[in-house]
Amino acid sequence: MQMTITEKILAKAAGLDSVHPGQLIMANLSMVLGNDITSPVAIKEFPKFGKKTVFDKDKVAMVPDHFAPNKDIKAAEQCKCVRCFANEHNITNYFEVGEAGIEHALLPEKGLVTAGDVVIGADSHTCTYGALGAFSTGVGSTDMACGMATGKAWFKVPSSIKFVLKGKLKKYVTGKDLILHIIGLIGVDGALYKSMEFTGEGVSSLSMDDRFTICNMAIEAGAKNGIFAVDDKTIEYLNEAGAATPVIFESDSDAQYDDVIEIDLSKLESTVSFPHLPSNTKTFSNMPKVKIDQVVIGSCTNGRISDLRAAAEILKGRHVDKSVRAIIIPATQKIYRQAMHEGLFDIFLDAGCVISTPTCGPCLGGYMGILAAGERAISTTNRNFVGRMGHVESEVYLASPHVAAASAVTGYITDPNTL
Amino acid sequence: MKTKGKVFRYKDNVDTDVIIPARYLNTSNAEELALHCMEDIDKEFVKNVKKGDIIVADKNFGCGSSREHAPLAIKTSGIGCVIARSFARIFYRNSINIGLAILECEEACDHIESGDEVEVDFDSGLIKNLTKGEEYQAEPFPPFMQSLIAAGGLAPYMAKEAEL
Repeated sequence: MQMTITEKILAKAAGLDSVHPGQLIMANLSMVLGNDITSPVAIKEFPKFGKKTVFDKDKVAMVPDHFAPNKDIKAAEQCKCVRCFANEHNITNYFEVGEAGIEHALLPEKGLVTAGDVVIGADSHTCTYGALGAFSTGVGSTDMACGMATGKAWFKVPSSIKFVLKGKLKKYVTGKDLILHIIGLIGVDGALYKSMEFTGEGVSSLSMDDRFTICNMAIEAGAKNGIFAVDDKTIEYLNEAGAATPVIFESDSDAQYDDVIEIDLSKLESTVSFPHLPSNTKTFSNMPKVKIDQVVIGSCTNGRISDLRAAAEILKGRHVDKSVRAIIIPATQKIYRQAMHEGLFDIFLDAGCVISTPTCGPCLGGYMGILAAGERAISTTNRNFVGRMGHVESEVYLASPHVAAASAVTGYITDPNTL
Repeated sequence: MKTKGKVFRYKDNVDTDVIIPARYLNTSNAEELALHCMEDIDKEFVKNVKKGDIIVADKNFGCGSSREHAPLAIKTSGIGCVIARSFARIFYRNSINIGLAILECEEACDHIESGDEVEVDFDSGLIKNLTKGEEYQAEPFPPFMQSLIAAGGLAPYMAKEAEL
């Protein structure tokens, strides 16, 4: 039977020769992830599965990143709950403040995910690791508890949509613009329950950071996972991170897809999602003038080193507009140090930005940049739902680091080409 | 299992950030979460919801974050069942796993309005609109889900599986 890359990975994890879309399977897990918001609920559920300890202490990762460093007393209690559980069960991959970072930037960087893996995480953006040729998907806390106890999760095998990419992205157009364009095209439920597979000759020109960004936002189209096949860039990344030997799968040429969508990367423009859905996309040719109050550059979507370099490229020798607060959040300690050594911090500080410790903080309206009523932010994050970054009457516009940085300079949502 | 109550009607893409805003996620206490359920989309919800009431929504209910706090807040608020045209996949999983009754039914969503008195038989999927005198049949769950629901959620289901 002809299968897609996602079907092949799931078949292997379920110990089956083949699987087909719609089939319900029980799969063995390579890694189970949780953060400081979702782990406490999972820890509460864990005893119900009747196991004394986790199925494999090396295959559970716990990353306090959402409200860490602790934003308030309640958040401190939640982080403490995770820390205690990790200590009690001797969890190898518990990452304390100082070692940690935003989970979906951290796990690949630490070499904890490799091609062919099946990963669940109690965080919707767990789909990020599809960039490495792994099957990874977000689940809830009960699934996380089940995964920690048994090493297994149930899945309905998803059908797939194939995105065939050709050409190369133009200057200042990035993986973020591609995924926002796709979400605008198919809608926030355009890939509901499905796999989004990215393929075609255009893939080779996309950096690993671009691929992480693209898979990260697959959930914003409702998808179960996003995935790229492994190429030389993937292997180089995995080797550098010290990841386990990749198990490489490729879709069969006559595998079945619900839909095939061709995209010419060279025709894409900088894309911005207007409130209050990621699918509400506009390009600068049809965009009204929008005054902004805050800029956030960071998150599991766009807090990696190439994102910070992109922002620095725009901000170098320029200054943030007096009416704007610009917040830069490197996603991990390693990225933080790298940005510092490359001189990006000087550029950001000279431009009048603040640089935060790694945290999810403002992306979900936690802390470190909450919006007041009537305020607008342009952000490199992933969601612009009502009240996402603060007051229910505030607004979030999603964009690439280039566009966010250019907007910081002018105080209006700005095409970096016009600076 | 049956539930009967008044309908709170919502539209497409009700996301988990409006079901339970992240500013309240510094706790996982279900009662505390329920106090803020639907707050950013419907300030009156918490004041008016009674045990057994029903949420009816359009497409992609529960999209966004994986927070299990969302179905937990809805369940603890007293809601007996959520009916929608479709559910976001993580919300769907989470609801089944924690035992919040959910049903997909286009016909019910075409006809049910806010404030209607509705009775739902979760086992058969039969939805009765007592206000309008109509009946709608929801999609049945696949057998695997039925056994998961019958077992009382994921934990007891997995425990039973392990014995086999």
